[in-house]
Amino acid sequence: MQVSDLRIVFRTRGTTIHAVNGISFELQPGELLGVVGESGSGKSVTMMSLMKLLPSPPAEILSGRVRLGCRDLLSLDPSEMRKVRGGEVGFIFQDPMTSLNPVLTVGYQLKEPLRKHFGLSRGEARKRAIELFSLVGIPSPHDRMNDYPHRFSGGMRQRVMIAIALACEPNVLIADEPTTALDVTIQAQILELVKKLRQEIGMSIIWITHDLGVVAGIADRVMVMYGGLIVECAPVDDLYANPRHPYTRALMETLPRPDQAGQERLKSVVGQPPHLTAFPTSCPFAPRCPHVFDRCLVEKPPLMPVQEGHEAACWWDVTEQRPRDDV
Amino acid sequence: MMSEPSILTRDAQPGRDDVLLRVSDLAVHYPTYQGVFGRQAGAIRALDGVNLEVRRGQTLGLVGESGCGKSTTGRAILRLCDITGGRIVFDGEDITHLEGNKLRRIRPRMQMIFQDPQECLNPRMTVGSIVAEPLNEHGALKVKEKERRIRELLDSVGLNPRLANRYPHEFSGGQRQRIGIARALALNPDFIVCDEPIAALDVSIQAQVVNLLKDFQEQFSLTYLFISHDLSMVRHLCDDVAVMYLGKVMELGPRALIYKDPMHPYTKALLSAVPVPDPGVERARNRIVLAGDVPSPANPPSGCRFRTRCPVAFDRCASDQPAWRKVSGDRWVACHRAE
Repeated sequence: MQVSDLRIVFRTRGTTIHAVNGISFELQPGELLGVVGESGSGKSVTMMSLMKLLPSPPAEILSGRVRLGCRDLLSLDPSEMRKVRGGEVGFIFQDPMTSLNPVLTVGYQLKEPLRKHFGLSRGEARKRAIELFSLVGIPSPHDRMNDYPHRFSGGMRQRVMIAIALACEPNVLIADEPTTALDVTIQAQILELVKKLRQEIGMSIIWITHDLGVVAGIADRVMVMYGGLIVECAPVDDLYANPRHPYTRALMETLPRPDQAGQERLKSVVGQPPHLTAFPTSCPFAPRCPHVFDRCLVEKPPLMPVQEGHEAACWWDVTEQRPRDDV
Repeated sequence: MMSEPSILTRDAQPGRDDVLLRVSDLAVHYPTYQGVFGRQAGAIRALDGVNLEVRRGQTLGLVGESGCGKSTTGRAILRLCDITGGRIVFDGEDITHLEGNKLRRIRPRMQMIFQDPQECLNPRMTVGSIVAEPLNEHGALKVKEKERRIRELLDSVGLNPRLANRYPHEFSGGQRQRIGIARALALNPDFIVCDEPIAALDVSIQAQVVNLLKDFQEQFSLTYLFISHDLSMVRHLCDDVAVMYLGKVMELGPRALIYKDPMHPYTKALLSAVPVPDPGVERARNRIVLAGDVPSPANPPSGCRFRTRCPVAFDRCASDQPAWRKVSGDRWVACHRAE
């Protein structure tokens, strides 16, 4: 999957919110790409737009291409798009409480994509659905097929969501904060499940989260977003060992460190996230950045390679502690 | 009702202690009704034997999964819900059954900061009147003094006092949480229950609020009960930690010991489930993944409540309730395996 120069705005009464301001990235086959950012950084909007799930109006995609295989998803008509959704691309939403239909049994909701996309008969779909339920670790799958979502706990509902997303063996799975609403012990169960499924099925996954700990455990590559832009993108080890963008560094520093518990004050990022009422012409992090200098306020830094496979959008070179002069 | 020895038995001289709040065998049951005549059918045992103590000027972290009774504990301590059994001793005074004016007299000394800063501020009141409300209710300040106090409070939490005439929706999440903190501080309390005060905030804002809480603790020698499910933040902020599971406290002890050498299998599992922001550590670690979900508090398992998910449970766990035992110094645990 390849996304290039995606721009999304929300038009509401009187104001325009520039939620996503020209982002480009690639997803390799079999890769797990972690997307990290605060609320309002545009991470969910980006991923929803890949599937054309944003209501329009108010959302409007100004520019950009999303290539999956050899097609541009953004130019597909609604009926073709429906084949892609749930078929080639699976989606897991944040809140398992509200993303299942409460008046349909989970079995029906799981069989629906199987029958629509694969044209299976009722019996075949049921058989496959039971297989999927046991794959995601739902106990006694036979009996639970006919239960309604309210009979499931949060963790179990998220498993149902994963089963539905995996039903048609998608090439790409987009998971939007799939464990945020769950407790840590249940989160650990889901993370183990996803690791296991990756080994068995081997699809590409985009994992959106704001928890740097979760990403460290499962991702191959991490993309950090801020103010509707990608500010840094690197392989997971490299990013944690050697963060190059001041925002990424600030995020890591705000986390409480186990080795210095208690006495130290936490480092905090001063100020508030940007309001995004205009298309950024300067670095969106500049007002909160400790290294800000005159160039940051007049020119928006593009994503520039700093190292093999590691890109950052910053005019400041943190290793040299001076402005970059090579660009 | 509970067979365990009370936490009070360990020292029977209340006067001298450095413990501000002591909770023993606290129980809160919500009755459930059935049928047309509303017969009582059973009870949701939200709290069933909570033992805690919070030392003066220190912070006790209360951790556990959602639904285990953390928030109910906080509310019960502040006498905001009906108590079924047990004892709450605040500053040497038994407040479990206080009523009317006596209860009202201690209210200003105990305050609360809520989880969702959006929900806990009245959208029709200005920030100034929100912060003034406790002063109107309990204080005896003149109008001028009150205005000065409000300005002072807003200033101390890092908000511009000139914004006192604005409404909550004009503020961001972090700023709203500051308003909630200013309101809690208005009456110079001794003790504040912080019910997940940072859970709804972004990572970069969390640190600001936590630092603010720490500063006030030093400045006004406050005592906190910090309810959270974020174990790394609890480790940062708290002096002691209590781990709850299904309405019971499983383990209580100083932070360093709980994190370094957890004794209860639930504490071990909880700590091992916390993701660490370091890819190397994450790959190397061996997680204890608990099977299943938390059982219903309407019908808790017999014996030890954790036994249905416990990796080291044995037959005695199903028959006997593990006693709340002092292991060493300040450490308390309820587990047969720890004996």
